[in-house]
Amino acid sequence: MSIFTRGFSGRGRENNPALPPGQYLTEDFPVLSAGPTPNIHLDSWQFTITTETGVVHKWSWDELMALPSEDIHTDIHCVTRWSKLGTTWRGVSLDTLFEGVETDYNYVMEHSYGGYTTNAPYEDLRDGKAWIAHTFEGKPLDPEHGGPARLLVPHLYFWKSAKWITGLTMMKNDDPGFWEQNGYHIYGDPWKEQRYW
Amino acid sequence: MVDAPRPGSWTVGTVSSTHPETPSGRSIWIDVPGWPGNIAGQHVDVRLTAPDGYQASRSYSLASSGPEPRLQLAVDKLPDGEVSPYLVDEIQPGDMLELRGPLGGWFVWKEEQTAPVQLVAGGSGVVPLVAMIRAHAASGSTAAMQLLYSVRSPEDRFFADELGALDNVTYAYTRSGPTDAVIGRLTKERLEAAVLPVGASVFVCGPTGFVEAVASWLVDLGHDAGLIKTERFGGA
Repeated sequence: MSIFTRGFSGRGRENNPALPPGQYLTEDFPVLSAGPTPNIHLDSWQFTITTETGVVHKWSWDELMALPSEDIHTDIHCVTRWSKLGTTWRGVSLDTLFEGVETDYNYVMEHSYGGYTTNAPYEDLRDGKAWIAHTFEGKPLDPEHGGPARLLVPHLYFWKSAKWITGLTMMKNDDPGFWEQNGYHIYGDPWKEQRYW
Repeated sequence: MVDAPRPGSWTVGTVSSTHPETPSGRSIWIDVPGWPGNIAGQHVDVRLTAPDGYQASRSYSLASSGPEPRLQLAVDKLPDGEVSPYLVDEIQPGDMLELRGPLGGWFVWKEEQTAPVQLVAGGSGVVPLVAMIRAHAASGSTAAMQLLYSVRSPEDRFFADELGALDNVTYAYTRSGPTDAVIGRLTKERLEAAVLPVGASVFVCGPTGFVEAVASWLVDLGHDAGLIKTERFGGA
């Protein structure tokens, strides 16, 4: 596009190579949620993986915490155009949780407390690419950012990292989740600017 | 009415006029030929391009809705912002920028929604809610709709004249206001007294802390979380 906006020179000049196209850096941590922050108690918290055979793999909070957690240093990119670089999380790799899960399906629906859903290909949640994150910058994850635990899939736009995660359901097809039904891209690669339909 | 148009590619808009709203905010009207129309509550991506090709993009809620290809933004200046100071202090009629939208199919009000509607705004979070008030009035809908508007002071009100002429707006001033008004941050008790009873559809828009507080109070007061839609800006 050959137009320019008179009088605009830009201030940040953020040509940081870690910044995907159309994103700007933020130092704080904006919140994007479609509704109220749910009130979740750790003693009743659970996480499940449900497969096509109806088998339900289930973890309580204590069972999750008994699994090995790892530190994750990553950048995060929100479709509303902010990016936050160099964040540190701690969580349980989905590779650990998917051990012993047998499935032939290639897609996953993420389910949150409060009813939020988002979809992702199974392969995007494996091989060290996704975690159940419970700690952010050394502290328990705040409820408004998805605590006690959220999915962390940082190579996709951040709406794919479902807050208040409570389950994954294997899917035969790549059915759209909540924001995907409300105008957002089915996959959401920030480097390809897959923001909207 | 418009049926959820989808955003295409970037399109050029030309500023037709501007109007100061508050000491730190103003309205900007932009003509966008080919705009597909939008639903009340939707937003738009705005892209500015410097003469050397440098670009910056941000999302803004629309105060306008319907089929007209003239959009109204109302922007509050962020002190350390890159785009909002330009939009509030610099841009003039005739200036061009690019837009992409309309965006968002969730935080919207359509005239076929017949449930009573409570709107709750914090500061410039009133922008998409004003779009809903206007759409509601234009539709002749008989569903109740009212606004609770939390704002620092009377001079910080966006759309002051327009909202001042309505009888379904309640103000909660946090810093200063009329001598007969309660001044101070909203509380759960004041919220309860000001909003429609449980069962109403509720839209809450404002800074993150404000929206967090209001939405959780509404749930405490018995409102169904599934009827509360939120939109937030800023960090936490």
